[in-house]
Amino acid sequence: MLQVQNLAAARGGRVLFSGLSFTLLAGQCLHVQGANGVGKTSLLKMLAGLSPSPVGRVSWQDKSYAEWGDDLGAQLHYLGHRDALKDTLSPLENLLIGARLHGVRLTEHTALQVLQRVGLACHADLPVRQLSQGQKRRATLARCLALPRPIWIMDEPWVGLDLAGQAELGAWIAAHLNSGGIAILTSHQLLPEQIPSVSILALHAPNAATAVPEAAWAC
Amino acid sequence: MTMDTPKNKVNWHLFHYAAPSTFYPLAGKAIPWLMTLAVVLAAIGLWIGMAVAPSDAQQGDGYRIIYLHVPSSWMAMFIYIVMAFWSVIHLVWKTRLSALMAQALAPTGAWMALMSLVTGALWGKPMWGTWWVWDARLTSMLLLFFLYLGFIALTRSIDDPDRSDQAGSLLAIVGVFNVPVIYFSVYWWNTLHQGASVSSKGSSMAGVMLAAMLLMSLAAWMYSIAMTLRRVRVLILQREASTRWVQELNIL
Amino acid sequence: MGVLSFFASVLERDVLLAWRQRGDVLLGLMFFMLVATLFPLAVGPEPNGLLRIGPGVLWVAALLANLLALPRLFHGDWIDGSLEQLLLAPYPPSMMVAAKFAAHWLVTSLPLALAAPLLAIQYGLPLAQCLMLVASLLVGTPIITALGGIGAALTLGLRQGEVLLALLVLPLLAPVLIFGSGAVGAVAAGQSGMAELSLLAAMACTSVFFAPWLAAKALRLAIE
Repeated sequence: MLQVQNLAAARGGRVLFSGLSFTLLAGQCLHVQGANGVGKTSLLKMLAGLSPSPVGRVSWQDKSYAEWGDDLGAQLHYLGHRDALKDTLSPLENLLIGARLHGVRLTEHTALQVLQRVGLACHADLPVRQLSQGQKRRATLARCLALPRPIWIMDEPWVGLDLAGQAELGAWIAAHLNSGGIAILTSHQLLPEQIPSVSILALHAPNAATAVPEAAWAC
Repeated sequence: MTMDTPKNKVNWHLFHYAAPSTFYPLAGKAIPWLMTLAVVLAAIGLWIGMAVAPSDAQQGDGYRIIYLHVPSSWMAMFIYIVMAFWSVIHLVWKTRLSALMAQALAPTGAWMALMSLVTGALWGKPMWGTWWVWDARLTSMLLLFFLYLGFIALTRSIDDPDRSDQAGSLLAIVGVFNVPVIYFSVYWWNTLHQGASVSSKGSSMAGVMLAAMLLMSLAAWMYSIAMTLRRVRVLILQREASTRWVQELNIL
Repeated sequence: MGVLSFFASVLERDVLLAWRQRGDVLLGLMFFMLVATLFPLAVGPEPNGLLRIGPGVLWVAALLANLLALPRLFHGDWIDGSLEQLLLAPYPPSMMVAAKFAAHWLVTSLPLALAAPLLAIQYGLPLAQCLMLVASLLVGTPIITALGGIGAALTLGLRQGEVLLALLVLPLLAPVLIFGSGAVGAVAAGQSGMAELSLLAAMACTSVFFAPWLAAKALRLAIE
């Protein structure tokens, strides 16, 4: 259970949002919506523990982020705007090294299987700089599939993917939710229908943040 | 921002600004007093230093520049320590005002260091026959001057106030631990190369001279505090331009 | 997997990345040699003069070559988003930074230190001074990486970041230059130079101990 209480964010001394509270239960997905610059990415970075929240409290499994400390990283996947891939390494190397940095030693066999799932089996050994934008995104998503983590935080994950890829990502997220994970996504388009129990959080400029009340919020 | 809901307003104040709205007018009241005090102390100090104190046996009247040189050197070093002090406070307690204090102190510190360098050069010309000597004190003051400039440049080139405050604080802390190392190494270097290190402490200082020096130092203190408070007020206005209490001041 | 294993993974990763772009290391070396070549052109080729300024000039050239490489420390990872992933790893960020420092030192400073004797020969430095030059570079360059690494983290992504980095870091590195070239100078003067070397070593220990923690704090600021 991810609990957010009275969160606020500011950029350049300007309040983006404040008084934000919600609760996400296992299997739920939160779709963060809002115009450019309302603080969607700031919110996601806070939920990923990358930037501290000046006020309020975020807790996961009844332990606040501060109590989780460095171990928080083993609970979540964060997918930012940028792919976090090294250009000179192949998708396979990126995946293996990425996993090792998160404390997991993948065998090459497992890694190749994951790359096959994301449709990069034939490109596993090419340097990433030779891949297309969509293929890079797939290589990034391979990390999420390879390391099981209960929280997925994804900033515009559909950008750059072709139609087939978008559908596949929808299916992966749905599978993640069905296995008890939670997901927090931003997207300017509607989420694919196969994703279950989506709640919408609409951020508004300049300051007011309103969560669309749904039954799922209560906890 | 003027459309803030009351709730937002309360939040914002509680966590981000300790109490600049109370600090601002308080500082405003203190500045004229401090400035007056600085002027009076400097006037008395200069009078004693220039008119009352006797000429130096070796240096004639040229030595009198120490009444500017020594206080500004002291201030330049002291201000860096104060800056680091506020930086530690900022990093530990996340109080914004302390970061602003550090940033307001830096230009005064740089100014004092520059004064020390210029008066040192002016003193050096009649003394050693050259404007610049790679003397240990002057060289380390030059490095300190660059440290101040680096701090100012860093805090000014970061747009986000939070990052700017914290980056500046980190730098000041790294700097303050390095300042003694720099001093020590420069002295080492200086003795090694047998540079022209002329000591100003050669002759014992007469009581009158000491009095003038102390008065000038106090004046420099008052001036520095006044200037810093003034700069803090400007920084507060910049940061808080959108809040209600600043708009109610009707000065923007 | 323990913290040490994490350290090793980051180190291995950065060395691998540097190996894939090994041209960068050569660029640094070329810069080092070029700067060292410029001085005889500027001050004249008299062997005695070169012998006298050699230790200082070579140390300054090495310092600048190291400084030139510092922005590379975090910039690549910052620009492609890997830095966020590194900070999200379930280990102390200071350990990650320490590993990056170590890798950076191995791929930039170590080659420079090892190339220094070649230039020292050009300046006509005798063997004892050559050895002391290498030793002082080996002991002194970790300080450049550590203090410079804090600067690189503080200036990450800023306009004119590289110039700013130089302005922040060079005054802090004055003691390194003084003791580094001082050690070689002491050998030239017939002393052992061990005093300077020990002071450098003390500074290296302190800065290597504290810098990763401070740089990690600065990196967190840069990605917000």
